[in-house]
Amino acid sequence: MIPVRQWKKTIRLEEDTTMKAVISVVGKDAVGIIAKVSAACAACGANILDISQTVLHEYFTMIMIVEIEQLNVPFSQFIDRMEALGRENDLEIHAMHEDIFNAMHKI
Amino acid sequence: MPAIEDILETLNMIHEECLDIRTVTMGISLYDCISDDEKSMNRMVYEKITQSAYNLVATAEEIEKQYGIPIIHKRIAVTPASLLCGRLTRDGAVRLAATLDRAARELGVNFIGGFGALVQKGFSTGALTLIDALPEALATTERVCASVNVASTKAGINMDAIARMGEIIRETAYVTRENGSIGCAKLVVFANAPEDNPFMAGAFHGVGEPERVINVGVSGPGVVASAIRRAGEDCSLSELANLIKKTAFKITRVGQLVAHEAGRRLGVPFGIVDLSLAPTPAIGDSVAYILESMGLEKCGCAGTTAALAMLNDAVKKGGVMASSRVGGLSGAFIPVSEDAGMIAAARSGDLTLEKLEAMTAVCSVGLDMIAIPGDTPPEVISGIIADEISIGVVNSKTTAARLIPAWGCGVGDMVRFGGLLGEAPVMPVKRATPAKFIRRGGHIPAPIHSLKN
Repeated sequence: MIPVRQWKKTIRLEEDTTMKAVISVVGKDAVGIIAKVSAACAACGANILDISQTVLHEYFTMIMIVEIEQLNVPFSQFIDRMEALGRENDLEIHAMHEDIFNAMHKI
Repeated sequence: MPAIEDILETLNMIHEECLDIRTVTMGISLYDCISDDEKSMNRMVYEKITQSAYNLVATAEEIEKQYGIPIIHKRIAVTPASLLCGRLTRDGAVRLAATLDRAARELGVNFIGGFGALVQKGFSTGALTLIDALPEALATTERVCASVNVASTKAGINMDAIARMGEIIRETAYVTRENGSIGCAKLVVFANAPEDNPFMAGAFHGVGEPERVINVGVSGPGVVASAIRRAGEDCSLSELANLIKKTAFKITRVGQLVAHEAGRRLGVPFGIVDLSLAPTPAIGDSVAYILESMGLEKCGCAGTTAALAMLNDAVKKGGVMASSRVGGLSGAFIPVSEDAGMIAAARSGDLTLEKLEAMTAVCSVGLDMIAIPGDTPPEVISGIIADEISIGVVNSKTTAARLIPAWGCGVGDMVRFGGLLGEAPVMPVKRATPAKFIRRGGHIPAPIHSLKN
């Protein structure tokens, strides 16, 4: 196995202190995955800050970081919508508050 | 912004390696409910618990969702109930247990701990009443957990209490015989019981604790086992210890985050994070598999105690830095019925009661969830407890015994408890009896604290 990860950094904004969430999308590669997730984010008022995606062994993995301060729905509902979108498209989508990653990996 | 590699590592821990928060436990003081009138005491206990924790389950579920980390149990621990039993009859104590059970059901928590007594130096009237009531209380309630602290390093060992607990455990096994003697799975006998332990069945709200408190127990044997496997076979034990420390740090940081958030949202002070590796019967969530991934052919073989000692120490070292307050049991748990690897090792005969006893000298807790033949005499049960308790008393650590004399079952039979309590093979017990030793009763004095050899 070649552990090559070629992350395509499409957008990169400066570090700030706004509340963010991490959306992870894993599934079989198909046309329009980013478009669907981005559209769902836009509908909820989540501002996309960063997208990294790769295709490894036909599997599509995307990590999206979004700003959730201006959400037009409660965060828990946003999580539900993302997970529902995953189920509809045969993808595994999880949205989690960024703090869990910071807690675990930042001293 | 977190790095992609870190995000993927966390996601992998949660979705592939069974990382979870094992329990968010709210401790509630019941001192202000003590009354000479049984009815009003029961009413006050019910109201105090249900009002204090009315939003515990909902809040924990909210946190679970927001951070994407499963919180397996939401539980309650109360003041040792023997302190409320001074004026009660035996039946009154059973009714108090029923009240706790009703409160737990109302709140939607799966266990409520604290139906217990501290008798390391002797029995109060309330403690005697409560201990007498244990078999019926455990048989007639579903969610109540009981614990009795029979010894401490400072007080020595109350052998009268140990003799009594042997009988009580056997009686509890009999009255709950229809359900695999499950009553015994909810009853722990302790030495040096911690007052802030969030894990069942031994959780209670200690006498020095605040009015209400949130304690969190982390878990993650699967994460540690995967990290060790990834390190490969050429990795030395020093490197392995370091790796376990780093992994324990990460796991505990999540516990700290959840504990802090739960405390803030509930308006209850955060007590401690318990740095424990708590297994479940799920494949990949086993402490025995961690030991085996270190290079043991089977948990229980020669080298097991050394491997466990290193694991336990490394977990504490990594965890301590990750949390602002650490307490509870903090260490690796080895409950036989709740650990797929332990079950397999016990079934194949590689893991024996004697080896488990040795292992408890270097890890958290003690002889936990061990099924023994249903016809084991009470004196033998007391003898096993006394051995386990002495290890704790002499080594200034918590030890405990949660033995299940499975009624009607013999060596090799499987006893099924269901859910996270799992299933246990009935393990052989030596037939020679310590009856005369146990019948002497009295007190084993506290050990000397110098001349340590």
